[in-house]
Order: sequence, then C-alpha cells, then structure tokens
Amino acid sequence: MLHYLEQDLKSGTPASRTLIENVSRRSFLGGALTVSGFVMAINVAPAGAREALKSYPTGAAGMPHGVITDPKIFIAISDKGDVTIVTHRSEMGTGIRTSLPLVVADEMEADWTRVKIDQAPGDEPKYGNQDTDGSRSMRHFIQPMRQCGAAMRQMLEAAAAAKWNCDIGQCKAQLHEVVNTESGEKLGYGELAQAAMSLPVPALETLKFKSQDEFRYMRKGEAKIYDLHDITTGKAIYGADIRLPGMKYAVMARPPVVGGKIKSVNSEATKKVPGVEGVFEFAGPDAPPYKFAPVGGVAVVANSTFAALKGREALEVEWDHGANAVYDTETYTKAMYETAKKPGKVIRNQGDVDKAFAEAKDTFVGEYHQAHMAQAPMEPLVAVARIVDGKVEVWAPVQSPFGARKDIAEALKIPIENVTVHVTLLGGGFGRKSKWDWMIEAVHISQKIGGAPVKLQWSREDDIQHSFYHTTSVERIEMAIDAKGKVTGWRHRSVAPSIVSTFAPDSGYQFNIEYGMGFADMPFEIANVRCENGEAKAHARIGWFRSVSNLPRAFAVQSAVAELAHKLGRDPKDMLLELLGSDRVIDPKAAGFPEDFWNYGEPYPEFPINVARLKGVVNLAAEKAGWGKTLPAGEGLGIAVHRAFASYVAMVVHVKIDKDGTIRVPEVTAAVDCGFYVNPERIRSQMEGAAVMGMSAAAYSAITFKGGAVEQSNYADFQVATMANFPQKVSVHIVEPKEGHHAGGIGEPGVPPFAPAFANAIFAASGQRLRSMPMGDKIKV
Amino acid sequence: MPTFTINGESRQFDGDGDMPLLWYLRDELGLTGTKFGCGAGVCGACTAHIDGEAVRACVTPVSAAEGKKVTTIEGLHPQGDHAVQKAWRELSVPQCGFCQAGQIMQAASLLTKNPSPSDEEITAEMAGNICRCGCYERIHSAVRLAAGGV
Repeated sequence: MLHYLEQDLKSGTPASRTLIENVSRRSFLGGALTVSGFVMAINVAPAGAREALKSYPTGAAGMPHGVITDPKIFIAISDKGDVTIVTHRSEMGTGIRTSLPLVVADEMEADWTRVKIDQAPGDEPKYGNQDTDGSRSMRHFIQPMRQCGAAMRQMLEAAAAAKWNCDIGQCKAQLHEVVNTESGEKLGYGELAQAAMSLPVPALETLKFKSQDEFRYMRKGEAKIYDLHDITTGKAIYGADIRLPGMKYAVMARPPVVGGKIKSVNSEATKKVPGVEGVFEFAGPDAPPYKFAPVGGVAVVANSTFAALKGREALEVEWDHGANAVYDTETYTKAMYETAKKPGKVIRNQGDVDKAFAEAKDTFVGEYHQAHMAQAPMEPLVAVARIVDGKVEVWAPVQSPFGARKDIAEALKIPIENVTVHVTLLGGGFGRKSKWDWMIEAVHISQKIGGAPVKLQWSREDDIQHSFYHTTSVERIEMAIDAKGKVTGWRHRSVAPSIVSTFAPDSGYQFNIEYGMGFADMPFEIANVRCENGEAKAHARIGWFRSVSNLPRAFAVQSAVAELAHKLGRDPKDMLLELLGSDRVIDPKAAGFPEDFWNYGEPYPEFPINVARLKGVVNLAAEKAGWGKTLPAGEGLGIAVHRAFASYVAMVVHVKIDKDGTIRVPEVTAAVDCGFYVNPERIRSQMEGAAVMGMSAAAYSAITFKGGAVEQSNYADFQVATMANFPQKVSVHIVEPKEGHHAGGIGEPGVPPFAPAFANAIFAASGQRLRSMPMGDKIKV
Repeated sequence: MPTFTINGESRQFDGDGDMPLLWYLRDELGLTGTKFGCGAGVCGACTAHIDGEAVRACVTPVSAAEGKKVTTIEGLHPQGDHAVQKAWRELSVPQCGFCQAGQIMQAASLLTKNPSPSDEEITAEMAGNICRCGCYERIHSAVRLAAGGV
C-alpha cells in the first residue's frame, strides 16, 4: 500500500519508474547468468513430460526490489539432506510462511517433512519485495518460488548426471532423491547438495515446471502450517517473546489527539515507582503529514513491564491538543451525509447520467455509512531494539521489515547497512503492522539509554487509541430506472477522509487506490455511470485495514442491489445477475474508468475485471446455499459479491433473528474464485476468518472521536465478534481455475461481501434495512 | 512471601505481590507462551490455570497464587500432547496463533470440570477468549473433538 501511495505522490511518473527498475534488475540478473547459465542450458535437457511455465507479468515488477528468483538465495541443502527454505514474507495468520515454501518444496521434489523454514530479515535487495500486504504474497511470488524450486530440482538432477556420468534425461528427482531411471541407482539430496549448489543456476527459459498432475503438495491442502506444534505448545515466538540479556522494559504515554504536543510533564511520582529507571520526553513531528513518524510523548523505562505500566499511570502530563481537537464523530458524520447529497469531483463518467435521471420513470437512493475502525490485532504492537557500536538491531512483528529498516536508518541518520530488522511471527496484522511508528519509538528509547536493549510494549489502550484508522465514510448510491424496470443510470458519491492525508498535504479528496476499490471499478452493465468523490478532510491518521475501501463500497453497492430488488419486486440474486449483465471482460476505457485506474497494481490484461467470474461465484454460492429455499419466519438469506485484489468472492449469509431481536448467523456459504491456488486449506481458513472479521465490522466495531481523541480504549468498548455470536459454519467452495486465471489475493477479498450479505439477510428475515456500520447485533422487535 | 508451584516447580516470589501473574510469568520466568492481549481480563490471551481452573493472568495478582499450583501452556502436558492440543493440531485451528495458548488453556480447564460439554456450554465457556483472526468455528469443533464428541 505504501509503495502505491508513494508512486502516486511522485507526480505521475509511476510508469517510467517501473521501467527503470525492471531494466536495471534484468540486466543485473542477465549479466550474472550469461557468464555461466548457457553452459547449463546445454546440460539441462527437458525432463519428462514437464512443461515450460507460461510466465505472465504481474505487479511485482513495479514493486520496490521486485522479485528475486535465485534458488541459492532461498534454498539451502545440508550434506545430511536437510532442506532449509527462506521465507521473506511476514506470517500474520494467512499461512504464507507455509504456503510459499510449500511451492518451492513441491517444484524441487523435496520431502516436506525434511524442510525447515527460515524467516528472512528485512533485506529486499537480497530477497525481493517484502511488504506483506495488499494480498500480494501468492499473487506476486508463486512464479518466482516455482522458478527457484524448478531450478534447484534441475541442478540436483544435473549433479546426479555428472556423478553417474550419464544423460540428464535419465535422472529424475523424486521425493528428496534423484533416481537413475536406467540403472535404478539413487542419490539422496544430501549427497548431491554440494555439487548441485556449485552449479550455475539454469535460466528460466530452460526450466521445466511440474504439470498439475505431478503436484505433491500444491493444490492438496494436506500440509499443516509450519508453526502448528509450536503455537499449540506456547513455543512460537512473537514480538514480545524476544528476550535479550539486560533488557529493559518501556511503555509510552502519547498525545491523545494526533498532532498534539506535550505542554508539561510531572514525572516525580513516576520516578518513585520501584523499578522505574528513566523517563524521557519525545517531541512529535512538527506538522502534517505525519506518515509513520512516532507521535511523540513520554517514555517510561523500567526493569519490568509491570513497573513501566505503573510508572506511566503515575505520570501527570498536560497536552496541547492542537488543531485536530475539533474532530467530533457526530458532527463529522452529519457533514459527510450532507456532502454526499451534492455533486463532487467526477472520477468516472460513462454515458450521460444527468439525461438518464432526467428521463427516469423512477429513482432509487440509498445512503450507507461506516464508522472508523482499528485493526486491533490480538498481539499489541511491540518491538525490541538495541544499538551496539552504532549498529541498530530491532526485532518486531512487522509486515514490512525493509520499509521499517529504511525509515529507522533515516530517523537515526545512519546508513541502512547499520540497521538490522528481524521479523518474528505476527499476532495478527490487518494492516496496522505495515506502519512502523512503534519500531522507531523503540529505537529512540534505546538511544536514550545508551543503546541498551529495550522492549517497547504497547498496551491495548495504546493500540485502540493510536492506530492508523480505517476511514469513516458515507457512500450514496442513486439509480435511474426506466419504465421497464431497467436501471439506466448509476450515480455513486463517495465521501471519506483519505489515506493519502497521512502522507501528503490533505486535499480532502481520495486517490486512485481508493477509487479502485469497488467504486470506479463498479462492474454493472449500466449505460450511464458517474462516480463522484466529495470532500472530507482528515482529523485522524487514516490508514489501511484488511480490504481497505472495499469494505464500505461492497456494503453500499451490494446493499443497494438488494434494496432495488425489493423495490422492483425481484429476487435479489436475479437482480444482481441482471445488473452484472453479459459475460464480458470490462474495457476500462469504454466504461469511463479514470485514466489512472488502479487495478491492485496488476497489469490489466493479465488481471482484468471478468464479469463471468463474478457471476460464476454468485451462482456457485447461491446453489450451494440452497438459494430460494423456504425458511422459517425470522430467518433469511442475503447475497453479495465483490472483486478485490484480483479475486472474486460471493457470500450467502443465513441470518436467524432470536425472539429478543438478537441477530444470529448459523451459516455462511462462500464461493471463491482466486484463480490458480496453492493451499485450499488455508484459503478456507482465510474465508472463515473473513466472515468473522466481516461480522465484527458489520455488527460491532466502531471508533468514534470526541474532542479529537478516540473514545474507545479496549475490547470492552471497541467490540469484535466473539464466540457468543459469530458466523457458526462457513462453507467454502473454491472455483477450479481456468487457463490464464492467475493466482489472485486471498487474505483480504473475503471480508467485503460479508457486511452487505448480512444486511440483506437481516432484511429478508425481518424487513428491517440497516445502512450504517456497525449495525449492532440486535434489531428492534 | 508467596510460595507456589509453576508447572510443577516450586517457586518463591519476593517482589510486589500486586504484580499480575502475567508479568511474573513472562518477564521474570521467561514463560512467554502466556500472552499479553488486553491487560484488562477481556480477551483471554493470558489464560493460565490456578489449581486447574482458568484464570486471566493479566488481572490476577501473583499473591492470589499463594500455596497453589499454577500451570501455563508450557506445562499443560510434557510433550504438548494434551487432548486439547492434539485436537487443535488435528483441525489446524490457528491462523496467527497468538490467542491460541489462552484458548487451549480455557478449553482444557472446561474439559477438566465438564468432560462432555454441550455445544452451548462450549460457547459459554469460550466466549471470553477473543480471536481476531476468527478461528471460532474450528475452536468450537476442536473442543468437541477433544471431548471425544466428534
């Protein structure tokens, strides 16, 4: 996300920048390979029925440091045959730390039970892009990882051929050994390791990849996640579990309002708390944009977390709240509704919307609202930092270790080589842990205590009150309807403070990434479409939350469809399919998309908006859920579909209203088309989790501001779904990929369809239409 | 000076008896399997056992363990093969995994008290343990599996 933002802010030169990066990397790789690679090309003949990979371009090429495809970077084999695979993406619960190495292991015919996984530190020049967000890991790295695995397999086969002095064609890698198909001799990977590793890496053109019927692990979903045993026995290491000799413990008091400053500090009582060793003040940034800079405040350093927390409680700090003290959710929300009534900046224009509305027989208007939210991962932010001889070392649960490393170097004005960032397991991330303000805080505190190791622990209150918040929004949708009940005009006005305000002077308007998330890319076959963006200035740090703007947009668009169906007396699923229209790939130009239309960073021809796939998941989910079946009174089904992160997800939510009005969700049926997939078991777990997080957003979670400060403080008032009320059964149906349907995202796309399907089901069950998230878990009876 | 056993080892604590058990376990003993999630007893990530009963270690002072047996995830079973742990692995319950030690300790405590809980009893017992990744369906199934009901 940050990268796309920076690109956008660099005044319209993303294309040239991408080109430069590609060219420089290619010439580097080419140069390295041409010296030795051609020799190999002769030795490494095609193996059996294996196919050349039909490689395709992805947005990875445009990401900082792109991809690295050198197997010697990612794979090590010991002489005993133990294989170590490096994972360079952060594990926050999606299973990527298992799934990407599984791809490597499969292509290289390694025995998964003999594979160890090594977590890479933040080093993008070495490993390629490490920014683990945007549901990109599989989308961008399945090809490079298959390439690494296939190259290593061929190197092992070539090494065996050399040892047996035979044709490589009769050497076949098979489950951790190479078999001589003529003589029946075998050589284990350990025996071949040294020889294989000293061979040059074969070029992509010479590689043969496994065909689907040869997959051992991919597409099977049988491998357990790598850390499963450690997680269930308490041995898995998250950020706070790092312990260094002589380590101090710190917490911080921060200005309650963004942009606020310390007026005065009285730390006398704090210094008397047993165990407290130091109190340090930090100035925040002078003026917006704040980016990921720490907000400043007062740090308490102690010999235990408990003492540090007690010391903080005893602090007396007076704050100057600054300009954002005006932020009041109630007033702001009203203003957003008003703004959405008026024309805004035109983002997409197709046909003649004004004419369509002028000639309409009937119209529909729906206004949909969502509150701010905090990501609130179970693991609060935490980092351990130390500085030895001018060299900084940080351990943290971070989604983007290289971005953090760069900013830490900049903050300390030291060369990046003098900063090391180790990545622990992440106790959830959801976007919060790709903003590294807390890591810079930890380093600054270590600086104050002579570089001694220090663990900076955020409390849950810190996490809830100092997030980079999911935006709040009003989405207003208007439809023009002709005499035949056909929708002839679509006007969508989106009003929401923008993420871009965190990084650049706030214009009050959104930017192309936010437009691209279910707004300007609205896929319905309607002749006249206009998408407008109304002004909304930010008074809090706006950031990204799992699935970002897709959440309010899917809620608005998919609720509006069901409302329209009701108005016209139609079935909601049929209405949805009718609006989606003919099977087609949308032509962004003909549809009036903005010129800087953002397709999740992916090249459009490879990852287009394919309406047939949207309809496919709608039909699949409806069929599996038994759409149209008769349900008892107080129960109902709702449906919604959304494309996000190059994947397509439809959900049917079954709602049952208790006698006291409590809304229950006995079942969710999800249909997922994410193109080529690797780990169906983790796709299912992501969809189960997406339904729960979808329910948290739909029913429970709101951050509100008064006097510029967040009113919530912990899970008691920032509520999320618990086992007391959650989607109890999530059935996941994965679409078999067609040729050319490349791997799409999985971490985020499951979240957006839940809320509208939930609202639509509540309506079906009760006749009550809820248009403001969170909707609560109870209706009036 | 409170004395108690932690995972079978006797211990004596000479610090501030108000210190939550959580920080004693984590900062002093290095038993980091017990997690800090909320500090207010509302998320369950810090769940440990005192005399086999689930407690929120973040709001339980060390002094409350006086003369009692404290068990953490590290001490639930010597090989990590408690029925609940096995069920968790069988159903691949965790996503990020951070809350799971607390969930497992809560479930183990439930099954000690009530070896064959109903679905409703499982829900009631586990409702105080938040999982932000949303593993509730599998958690519920895993408790049933551990109870021999699946």
